[in-house]
Amino acid sequence: MKMINRFWKFMLLAIIIYTIIQLLITTEVFNLFYTNTLITIAINIILAVSLHLVIGITGQFSIGHAGFLAVGAYISAIVTMKLALPFPLALFAAGVIAAVAGLIVGIPTLRLRGDYLAIATLGFAEIIRIIFLNIDYVGGAAGMVVSRTTNWTISYICLLITLIVIINFTNSRHGRACVAIRENEIAADAMGINTTYYKVVAFVIGSFFAGIAGGLYAHNFYIIQPASFGFLKSFDILIFVVLGGLGSLSGAVLSAILLTIVSTFLQDYAETRMIIYSLILILVMLYRPQGLMGTREITDFFTSRKKNALKGGENL
Amino acid sequence: MEWIQQFFNGISLGSIYALIALGYTMVYGIIKLINFAHGDVFMIGAFTGFFAISVLNLSFLPALLLAMIVCAILGVTIERIAYKRLRNSTRIAALITAIGVSLLIEYIFIYFRGAQPEAYPEVLAKETYNIFGAKISSQSVLILCVTVILMILLQFIVHRSKIGKAMRAVAYDQDAAKLMGINVDNTISITFAIGSALAGAAGVIFGIYYTKIDPLMGIIPGLKAFIAAVLGGIGIIPGAMVGGFLLGIVETVVSASGFSLWRDAAAFIILILILIFRPSGIFGKNAKEKV
Repeated sequence: MKMINRFWKFMLLAIIIYTIIQLLITTEVFNLFYTNTLITIAINIILAVSLHLVIGITGQFSIGHAGFLAVGAYISAIVTMKLALPFPLALFAAGVIAAVAGLIVGIPTLRLRGDYLAIATLGFAEIIRIIFLNIDYVGGAAGMVVSRTTNWTISYICLLITLIVIINFTNSRHGRACVAIRENEIAADAMGINTTYYKVVAFVIGSFFAGIAGGLYAHNFYIIQPASFGFLKSFDILIFVVLGGLGSLSGAVLSAILLTIVSTFLQDYAETRMIIYSLILILVMLYRPQGLMGTREITDFFTSRKKNALKGGENL
Repeated sequence: MEWIQQFFNGISLGSIYALIALGYTMVYGIIKLINFAHGDVFMIGAFTGFFAISVLNLSFLPALLLAMIVCAILGVTIERIAYKRLRNSTRIAALITAIGVSLLIEYIFIYFRGAQPEAYPEVLAKETYNIFGAKISSQSVLILCVTVILMILLQFIVHRSKIGKAMRAVAYDQDAAKLMGINVDNTISITFAIGSALAGAAGVIFGIYYTKIDPLMGIIPGLKAFIAAVLGGIGIIPGAMVGGFLLGIVETVVSASGFSLWRDAAAFIILILILIFRPSGIFGKNAKEKV
């Protein structure tokens, strides 16, 4: 009963936010620039939350998320531009193919740990990029022209689905298994958790939503090129999760919003933006390695401390 | 004869990878950190060499020495400022910091200098020798000589000198080394200094061999050198050398067979295969994980 209540509260809040912003867009208080920023924020939140599931919840340090973004972007572009199918279908296809890519990448690499896993995912992301670079069907290095179809409504719906799925996954039995793996893999294994299975599941779900984000991304920028899915893109996504707090979903969402706004204003000063980003990364790691929120969620601040103590580890 | 030619090209490329990989492997061996900023130290080395040759009018060897000294100082500074505090934190925190330091160096450099590439001046007379019908330039012979001399020097430092003994002790067991009266902090700093100096030398050699340098040139050779280090067995010095040469030869062969666009992918495929089938590398021993 309580869960249902929380779900409807969440939906109500979501609908209110949507109505307000849609109203601002239709009354043209928000011009095209602001609308664009909002879409970028939604895409970045999807990316941040999907990576949060892999790094923050399951504790598997993947730095190749841009690879799945690239898969989603290219697949959706092929579906709409080459096959002339509708955009929502393209988004779904992008997610599914990215999930398959996640499965192919995840099964061999997730046996690795820590640094090795990081490097292997980075390597796979580079391989994916080089594959797209070498396929003439999708334009090679010159890239692929994509019509602009992404709007605020569809990105918001995708964002909501992502949030609902990932929050529910985290609070389910499977999510708890993932948290156990994050805390101590050997102990989780000893408790009878099939660690490989859960790591791969988290990775595949993460890749699925990264693929959807890729579909939105591709249809928001008129052109996609392999060069825009390099290591720096993975780094951009990584910093959302790290700054927000490894293990905090609301932290990832907040830092995605914050950093997207910051980078929109620093668009003309790419170097300054990268200097600020890397400084943030270093300073956060040196002085607050748990990130802004740690493993807490924003809702924790509204519930009383007593209730939190009763709930115990439930709201991880 | 084509293949002998390609083999020599591979050796030249491989010697650059090997020099960078040595720094990776030494640092990883001693503090278990993948020093992502190592590729950027290599870049700074190349630019220092460029500056020394074109502005200070130095010849090859003084420029090489200057680049090595500058890089050693830079390496120690990075270690002291960023990595020293993280010695007791999680591996992931250290890795994220290393990525941050790498990007910071790149973009501060671009901020003050601009991103445009630079053509390396010719400091070495270019002659071509004919060996078994393959054309070998004097440059690649010299590069190979410098690399081999630096490697022998490194082997000597690590195995015959007191500081090398301290480095091996710290890599083996940091706490026990401390109890034996070894200054762990200084030993780690010296490891960074030596590794970075080798990367600086690799930077100058890269500049002379490929004649074009730019502020983001360190990323790909840095990653490749890391692959070389993993290939040979990370933490093992001869492994890094062999891994570097092997990777250089494989890449040249892939390019020569007409797949030059897949060259970078080949390196990453090697990395993934080695990580899956033999994570401890060619020379590594399997270590069981204890709870």
